[in-house]
Amino acid sequence: MSKSAAAAQPRKKSPAEKTPLQLARKKMWNSRYLYLLLLPGLIWYLVFMYAPLYGIQIAFRNFMPALGISGGKWVGMEHFVQFFNSPYFLRLIKNTLGISVYSIVVGFPIPIILALLINEVRNKYFQKSVQTIVYLPHFISAVVVVSIITSLLSPSNGLINQVIEFFGGDPIFFMAEPKYFKTIYVLSDIWQSAGYGSIVYLAALTSIDPSLYEAARVDGATKWQQLIHITLPSLLPTIMIMLILRMGGIFTVGYEKILLMYNEATYPTADVISTYVYRRAFENGEYSFSAAIGLFNSLINFVVIVTFNKISRKISEVSLW
Amino acid sequence: MVSKTATKPTRIRETPGEVAFQWGVNIILILFCLLIVLPLLHIISGSFSDPMTLLQGKVGFLPKGFTLSMYEKVFKDNSIWRGYGNTVLYTVLGTFISVVLTASAAYPLSRKDFYGRKKFMGLFVFTMFFNGGMIPTYLIVQELGMLNTIWAMVLPTAVSTYNMIIMRTFFENTIPFELVESASLDGYNDLRIFFRIVLPLSAPILAVMVLFYGVGLWNSWFPALLYLRERALYPLQMVLREILIESDISNMAGGTGDVEIIGDGLKYATMIVATLPVMCLYPFLQKYFVKGVMIGAVKG
Repeated sequence: MSKSAAAAQPRKKSPAEKTPLQLARKKMWNSRYLYLLLLPGLIWYLVFMYAPLYGIQIAFRNFMPALGISGGKWVGMEHFVQFFNSPYFLRLIKNTLGISVYSIVVGFPIPIILALLINEVRNKYFQKSVQTIVYLPHFISAVVVVSIITSLLSPSNGLINQVIEFFGGDPIFFMAEPKYFKTIYVLSDIWQSAGYGSIVYLAALTSIDPSLYEAARVDGATKWQQLIHITLPSLLPTIMIMLILRMGGIFTVGYEKILLMYNEATYPTADVISTYVYRRAFENGEYSFSAAIGLFNSLINFVVIVTFNKISRKISEVSLW
Repeated sequence: MVSKTATKPTRIRETPGEVAFQWGVNIILILFCLLIVLPLLHIISGSFSDPMTLLQGKVGFLPKGFTLSMYEKVFKDNSIWRGYGNTVLYTVLGTFISVVLTASAAYPLSRKDFYGRKKFMGLFVFTMFFNGGMIPTYLIVQELGMLNTIWAMVLPTAVSTYNMIIMRTFFENTIPFELVESASLDGYNDLRIFFRIVLPLSAPILAVMVLFYGVGLWNSWFPALLYLRERALYPLQMVLREILIESDISNMAGGTGDVEIIGDGLKYATMIVATLPVMCLYPFLQKYFVKGVMIGAVKG
């Protein structure tokens, strides 16, 4: 059975004689090896992304490990009602939004500013060195980053408290004080990811036509005028996309770092939806209740990102899809 | 003479204001770099310092009372070595699985003549915006009997849709369709085209993927917390979490009373030992990471 003969055969017939169904069949047949290539990935998505969607039903059931996913008693919206009425509901929403907004307001502009600064550097070696240094923390694991924070902020011998004591202040147990948690979280996030986040903007900056700046300088434009009239307008699409993505995740705060950073003393300001889901499921065994909160969170996320995408498309004609 | 000046780009003399601006930029960047480097320098210095000086808070950014004793204790610790071994295994196997799945799914999606391309793409991209979440995913992994096995470390997080889009963009932009057409006229089927033509042309993006997935796996700890019960299977980051966050250092200190004295020194040395491999490779790999982010950015 020669493969080339099979591939060449359909070419002889003219597509005009075929019905749409036959045409579709022919196209599928022509793509058969591509389907084969796609198959492993497709299976992965079905098993690890779509099967869990089927598992979401436990949010509406009383899940019992022995009965399996579809075995628990159907309880409708009970878990959702329980969550909305729980004293933690408002606290979790407040903390999740609080950390997100704080980190967007303080953290979002920094990679942009950093990229603008790096882009202005003339000495190539200095530029390369700065880039190497600012990208570096991105590659340190969350566990180590949190340990560095804890060590620096230690009340007994941490560097920061040494400085406070040097100036005559009293040492502060930062990691146990609820009022400091969000600041520590956001600032350490900036420390770790601002540099890496600037790469996207640097890529956009290098694609700006240099002759625009040459012309502006000939016309006597100051650095500030060049920034306002050339650089920022060219960056705007990238900024908008990054902003939509950040806003879309406004109800998602990564649980990994918080699980490492918080403790019972800081729960009042540190506990977010995802960490609460984790605790209720794996410390209390309330899988159904946790799955309900998780589903509630996913739904809000979905609505938020669709909304921001729409708004962005209206005001700046930039959108994700 | 004339040609020499013509090829050079026209340079306009810098005004004093522009020179001052340059200095301002450089100084701000140096300050930012110091902010990043100083905490790390403190940890490195602390790990080489006499633990007593560290306990008293006397160590700044240079070692005080230089000693290697902390590292000796760390290297004697079995759980660290076992964690290293597990992490290397998970990283190598996981990276391989991830890159294979990502590349083989990305290629068909990059082909304009692939029937059903948009539908499959939609199916995959949808999961970026809506998915089952932590608990249902956990239950599926449990149903599959993967709890407490190496597979739970490498399969549930194997494909990142973001990475797949980056790869698809790369294939679309670098593999000309004419090449595919002429190869199929020569009797190559799409599998042969992928393995013989596309992959050899894709070394740069494969390097990017190996690094993205590799570093992610090296640094990951949460799947281990979720899916592993048996300590012998713990990857390095989980062992670190016990030592660093939960301060379980009695093993290393040798069960003696000086846990409190040498505690921080041990922790600092542990952090360095765990981070060193990535840090040593990082300067050489930096350009691949940057390339990956840039391809991702082009797509938006």
